[in-house]
Amino acid sequence: MALDTVALAQANPDSTQPFAELGLKLDEYARIKEILGRRPTSSELAMYSVMWSEHCSYKSSKVHLKQFGDKAVKTDALLVGIGENAGVVDVGQGYAVTFKIESHNHPSFIEPYQGAATGVGGIVRDILTMGARPIAVMDPLRFGPADALDTKRVLPGIVAGVGGYGNCLGLPNIGGEVVFDETYLGNPLVNALCVGVMKHSDIKLAKAAGAGNLVVLYGAKTGGDGIGGVSVLASETFESKGPAKRPAVQVGDPFVEKVLIECSLEIFAEDLVVGIQDLGGAGLSCATSELASGGSGGMKVQLDKVPLRDPSLSPEEILMSESQERMCAIVEPSKIARFLEICDKWDVTVSVIGEVTDGKHLEITWHGDLIVDVPPRTVAHDGPVYNRPLAQPAYIDIVAKEVLNLPIPSTADEIRSTVLQLAATPNLADKSWVTDQYDRYVQGNSIQSQPDDSGMVRIDEKTHLGVAVATDANANWSYLNPYEGAKLALAEAARNIATAGAKPLAVTNCLNFGSPEDPGVMWQFAESVRGLADGCLEMGLPVTGGNVSFYNQTGTVAILPTPVIGVLGVIDDVRTRTPMSFDRAGLDLYLLGETFDDLAGSEWAYMHKQRGGIAPVADLQREMRLIELLVAGRTKKIFTAAHDLSQGGLSATLTEMVLRYNTGATIQLENVGMMLLSETPGRVVVAIDPAQGAALNSEAAEKKIALTKIGITGGDSLVINDAKISLKELHEAHTQTFQKLFG
Amino acid sequence: MAKIVVDVMLKPEILDPQGKAVAAALPRLGFTFAKDVRQGKRFEIEVDGEPTPAQLAEVEKAAEKLLSNPVIENFTVRVEK
Amino acid sequence: MKIGVVTFPGTLDDRDAARAVRHAGGEAIALWHNDADLHGVDAVILPGGFSYGDYLRCGAISRFSPVMEPIIDAANGGMPLLGICNGFQVLAEAHLIPGALTRNHELHFLCRDQKLTIENTHTSWTSSYSQGQEILIPLKNGEGAYMCDDETLKMLEGEGRIIARYVGENPNGSRNLIAGVTNERGNVVGLMPHPEHAIDSLTGPSADGLGFFTSVLKAMVK
Repeated sequence: MALDTVALAQANPDSTQPFAELGLKLDEYARIKEILGRRPTSSELAMYSVMWSEHCSYKSSKVHLKQFGDKAVKTDALLVGIGENAGVVDVGQGYAVTFKIESHNHPSFIEPYQGAATGVGGIVRDILTMGARPIAVMDPLRFGPADALDTKRVLPGIVAGVGGYGNCLGLPNIGGEVVFDETYLGNPLVNALCVGVMKHSDIKLAKAAGAGNLVVLYGAKTGGDGIGGVSVLASETFESKGPAKRPAVQVGDPFVEKVLIECSLEIFAEDLVVGIQDLGGAGLSCATSELASGGSGGMKVQLDKVPLRDPSLSPEEILMSESQERMCAIVEPSKIARFLEICDKWDVTVSVIGEVTDGKHLEITWHGDLIVDVPPRTVAHDGPVYNRPLAQPAYIDIVAKEVLNLPIPSTADEIRSTVLQLAATPNLADKSWVTDQYDRYVQGNSIQSQPDDSGMVRIDEKTHLGVAVATDANANWSYLNPYEGAKLALAEAARNIATAGAKPLAVTNCLNFGSPEDPGVMWQFAESVRGLADGCLEMGLPVTGGNVSFYNQTGTVAILPTPVIGVLGVIDDVRTRTPMSFDRAGLDLYLLGETFDDLAGSEWAYMHKQRGGIAPVADLQREMRLIELLVAGRTKKIFTAAHDLSQGGLSATLTEMVLRYNTGATIQLENVGMMLLSETPGRVVVAIDPAQGAALNSEAAEKKIALTKIGITGGDSLVINDAKISLKELHEAHTQTFQKLFG
Repeated sequence: MAKIVVDVMLKPEILDPQGKAVAAALPRLGFTFAKDVRQGKRFEIEVDGEPTPAQLAEVEKAAEKLLSNPVIENFTVRVEK
Repeated sequence: MKIGVVTFPGTLDDRDAARAVRHAGGEAIALWHNDADLHGVDAVILPGGFSYGDYLRCGAISRFSPVMEPIIDAANGGMPLLGICNGFQVLAEAHLIPGALTRNHELHFLCRDQKLTIENTHTSWTSSYSQGQEILIPLKNGEGAYMCDDETLKMLEGEGRIIARYVGENPNGSRNLIAGVTNERGNVVGLMPHPEHAIDSLTGPSADGLGFFTSVLKAMVK
């Protein structure tokens, strides 16, 4: 097969092209021909097909995600909003923090270790691309049932991959989630979050500006990673007898990325780049078209200048390759010598592959032949926009009518047994088996990590300014009511920031859903986005960016809607943060917030296989007042400890608090069963020195937050009314689960 | 094209947890042939033309100095067609 | 008091080691792997990380870096040299101390707050501690199992060259719970856990790790 050039495309306009195999619809193919005024070359076809895919173009979600911009609260704190690689917020003292969460679900099902590893690698590069030094990672993970065979296949590999890549990059893992549910069997969710910090003046954007500036590719060499589907275009090079040279899975090398990070930061420090983009999904196709779109308009690229690991790759394959650890920078000619010097110092492969032009097109040549000549915005930004049909699924009204029939403990034995059951159930059990595989110390600035409510990192050693990050989702609530479910997840993540006394500042999100071609799923998505957008507007928190992962389903069964919300907050002095728990006797324990009979969607209901009922309704005004109370509790030095309530209710919260520093508590509760199990949102347990009682009462009254004294700290047991569980027994129940399941 | 192959194995007295893990996994998959499994490394070295005795001697030195850690590993060098 | 902190490609804990040096009252000097010059430092630290991605074997490639030549010379002449984690692996590969580090026996990377006892307070890096003192510092690695043959083990035990031992359950399969060893002279120390991450209780489990860095500053005063 001869090289398919622009000249050839003009000469034979009627060649059949495998657009359908590449995932393009007939009308989309027609549109490409309309844009170009001729049929596309095979390289152009490959570029459009991958850039117009759901994953890259967000064609099904764009119309809904618009709300984040439309309903955005006006805030000076947002320095870079949606549209760039990651959002950037001002945290004071001249510092800007960038953070984002992304998914790598399908690859992790296929190859757990590499799928998770490259997921971490990808999100870290997104942060680096903004000009920031990455300072921490978090990993919300969701799996099928803990005892399922396939969970035993994917979980250890995914955890090893997250740890293997993150640890080798020197990034502390400061938190995450591990959730088990039948819904994720066959569709594990691997969401990876990264935080980075820089000075305001360091912010970099992805645009190719300035005609004559050079387009520079640096990092790993390009190989055949992740181009499986594009082989239809290059079938003559595919050796059917030999070993597969075109794997669909990307393989990462964290050492190369670590070196890339240090090299890039030195380059940034000397102000050597005008624009920069990392190469993620759709590799060079994405980087070149996005950089060109973001800049003055034109770019010329000589594809044969790309350093190759595999010299047999065709131009189409090079354009599609998803080889990891690569970046594309725009560099002024006067600065290129120094740029190359720094790459040489770090032994990083680098090649000048093109230049910015003052034309309007992205032109790519292969040994002199023009193989791509496109208006870059049509590739990167003006892809198809779908208004997919949506319809409230039938199950919504059905499950709302479900009456729960759950055992509620009342006797001492029943209380004991319930608390121990919850302590040991996989969703609530101690996660050290997972988190001990992650380095939480590297960089020496980790203040909080698992199992605290939020991860917290100090960003200034002198002033002790810090940031806190938390991620949350509740698929059970989102299933029952996607609109409220998203709001509730937002509230929970914000509350998790506030328990330590930090102030929530900005939001990111990873929206994991089934197929957008299913009107019911699309309705869940639309409702979730609407709920999140409304919630963010009400709470005054801007959405800085995020990620959508569709098609998480096996056959026709979609996963429960799982919008994961990440909230970033700031704290002026990490030394004054409120810890999650207490280590001495004699403190008074209070429950902030009222408790109602909220068992629908709870862990207790899940454990009894009852998934119906009515989800709680978010009261964001009250959540905001609670956040104010939590922040005041720290600044006014009222709280000794604070821990929020979520899955597993008060039972889980008390269990976690007494085991954290091995200090017991004596609790008295009315309506004890419901109090222990209910998952009413907007509640926190705080420990105070009794001398702070009046101050607490006054603050709570002023903020209109219900306050109930529930007990005191001390002893070697958790005592709830007449039930007594020794810390030893509770510890064993809590910590044995993962060891037994995963060895 | 002939190549020089260096096989590196942990010394028998050194604990090999990876080999142990493999040995434990085999029966779980229905393979019952293994009494023990030890895991090592294989280096394939390409040279111009046929490997000479002098080159093999050099490879032995390289294996001692770099490819293996003589404190905990043994190695063998051979030519493979 | 200038203490050199080496950065190999892939080194991760160099800035943390430098911070620990400063906290102890010393001046940290960054040393680049490719630069065969120690710039007049009085002691050197090889920090933790994944130098060269742990390719081939941990520390196997780093040990041949240009900077290692003057370091080995100086160490043979008595200069204090501390290898932490990956640094310990480099010291072992360079045969500055006996034995080798291999894969953790449970095969997982393990990060935990680890209790150690300090068993030799006569080295350049441990004189700030008291004999048998228990300290709590982070352990975080995947290849931390200390291995050596029986003869070497007998020699190390006999000569008191084991400077620190794990307390309680063996976290990685090290022979005789060995967490750190020293050379004959007591100026070269290899330690698997990370004292640079235990210099204050804000960012670490304790401030117990600072002793390693204050010790060498005292040693240098003498």
